Amino acid sequence: MLTYVARRCLFMVPTLLVISFLTFVIIELPPGDYVTSYVQSLEARGMEISRQQVELLRMRYGLDLPFHQRYVKWLSNLVQGDMGHSFTYGEPVRKLIAERLPMTMVISVSTIFFTWIVAIPISIYSAVKKYTLGDYVFTFAGFIGLSIPNFFLAIILMYIGYRYFGVSMGGLFSREYLLAPWSWGRFVDLLSHLWVPIVVIGTAGTAGMIRVLRATLLDELGRDYVRTARSKGIKEIQVLIRHPLRVAINPLISTIGWLLPTVISGEVITSQVLSLPTTGPLLLGALLNQDMYLAGSFVMLLSFLTVIGTLISDLALALVDPRIRYT
Amino acid sequence: MNDNSKRLLDVQGLKTYFQTEQGTVRAVDDMSFWVAPGRTLGIVGESGCGKSITALSIMHMVPQPRGRIVGGSITYYGREEGPVEITALKPHGPAMRELRGRHMAMIFQEPMTSLTPVYTIGQQIMEAVVHHEGLDKQAGKERAVAMLEKVGISAPRQRVDEYPYQLSGGMRQRAMIAMALSCSPQLLLADEPTTALDVTIQAQIIDLLLDLQQDLGMAIILITHDLGVIGEMAERVLVMYMGKVVEFGSADAVFYRAKHPYTVGLLASIPQIGEDKRLVSIEGSVPSPYNLPRGCYFHTRCPHVMPRCREDEPPSFAVGEGHEAKCWLFAEKEGEVHAPVSN
Repeated sequence: MLTYVARRCLFMVPTLLVISFLTFVIIELPPGDYVTSYVQSLEARGMEISRQQVELLRMRYGLDLPFHQRYVKWLSNLVQGDMGHSFTYGEPVRKLIAERLPMTMVISVSTIFFTWIVAIPISIYSAVKKYTLGDYVFTFAGFIGLSIPNFFLAIILMYIGYRYFGVSMGGLFSREYLLAPWSWGRFVDLLSHLWVPIVVIGTAGTAGMIRVLRATLLDELGRDYVRTARSKGIKEIQVLIRHPLRVAINPLISTIGWLLPTVISGEVITSQVLSLPTTGPLLLGALLNQDMYLAGSFVMLLSFLTVIGTLISDLALALVDPRIRYT
Repeated sequence: MNDNSKRLLDVQGLKTYFQTEQGTVRAVDDMSFWVAPGRTLGIVGESGCGKSITALSIMHMVPQPRGRIVGGSITYYGREEGPVEITALKPHGPAMRELRGRHMAMIFQEPMTSLTPVYTIGQQIMEAVVHHEGLDKQAGKERAVAMLEKVGISAPRQRVDEYPYQLSGGMRQRAMIAMALSCSPQLLLADEPTTALDVTIQAQIIDLLLDLQQDLGMAIILITHDLGVIGEMAERVLVMYMGKVVEFGSADAVFYRAKHPYTVGLLASIPQIGEDKRLVSIEGSVPSPYNLPRGCYFHTRCPHVMPRCREDEPPSFAVGEGHEAKCWLFAEKEGEVHAPVSN
């Protein structure tokens, strides 16, 4: 097994190299660079900037170098752990991401728990009580959850919250706690705001998971081994959870590693709408401003986590399903 | 000979129906029989005649929600506290689950698919023992090893930690038997236990079941379409056709003095080694369960069909000592019986 992990890690190197190249190319694709958009924003504010100054800026940011040199420089810094500087914020990329990471992770991890805790019982119910009223209600609700875009749901929730409860749903803290140091009151305030992004971000995932799990469970429920388990005289709920659910959950475990990048990235549009202090809006802003080091490092970080996550998924699947071997 | 102290299970007028979109299927229709402790009853019949549903009815595990026991009684006498009426219990209720696995156990036709793929066979054997006897995991595992040894699996200590996919078909069926017998049930329902196996393995499994019966003294209801297997194992044989018992008697009587035209046809369709004649088959085909013929269900295929068979369903007639057949052919000669004659 160790050799398997080692070999997989070795394969990651060329994969990440290819990804880094593609990332760089794509970020470079739009015409112009950060200086162009910087000059544009200055001009929009009525300021004049001379051609010389522009060239000076380019030189300072290393944007005058040819493409391949910039790529190599960026990559070698990245390997050493230096993600570069953000043009927009004038701060190291690493610091910017680290600032926003804890809250992003709190939201993402809570969302994952929310998804599983809600989806598993509902899918068991729906599968066992197939074609009953309850099943139809959940299936219908699932379709709605799946088809409403997250940001739209966020807007609806914000409207309802403001219109009927008089509270502002955006952000993670009330105004009085926004900059306050951590305290019990601030924690409670966080919890009272946290459920909105969790529900908004989690709804589509929950609905999707219910659909997948219900379908796999329906397949498994008809299998002979369920009858065998039932013939032992154990409780019906034990029959369901220990046997068909245990088998049906395997494909979901195989996707667990893919959650890793989403934990870091956060939901971009939803976060923007709800004005959450997560990494999502940071990435969006970086792409809009052609803040290439911020964007590039961010994308590379996500790719790295995706590759790691896939490995974790494979290992987890082999762990829970004895029929899968490492080769 | 209707002595209840000698009965382990008494089934009277059992009706198990299925509601489907095309109509009601009478999978088991008015079946009566009983089983003595430690003895073997064979149930034969072709596919779809209701054999398996009979067994599942006894376990109160008729596939939900379409299937339901709609009439009759299944009385189990094996409990010390006194007889219990199975049809009156809730299928998933504690009283029924107490019987299931502990008093009566079942082995199924497909050892390949009847074990959960993600647990070791040890874990699967332990499950019932831990549940019914409250053993801890260590003791449960010891029991699993002992059971595997009992069913003739070599190196049981190693096998106990193996997964179903690592075992051959014969081994899996042995593991199934070990699982079913782990709580020493008094009644074993064996639903086509050898059908999915090679002929040589079939013989081994039958020998194993016979040995274990000697050893543990459980009664067996053996369900099969294989008359050879029945002949080797069963003392009494019940022949089913379209959810009904058509002939019932000792294995000798049914095999050598078969009376019902259906049984006669079944026996004639067994190939004999050394005989060089064309294999006989029963004419026609099984009627649709949605559109059963009037009168005797077999009249559409019966070589001895009489006008009366097309109108009225025959009752069971005694055709010998403890031998009865549900056929009008025996109406004049023999007396009519209502309850099945016992061994």
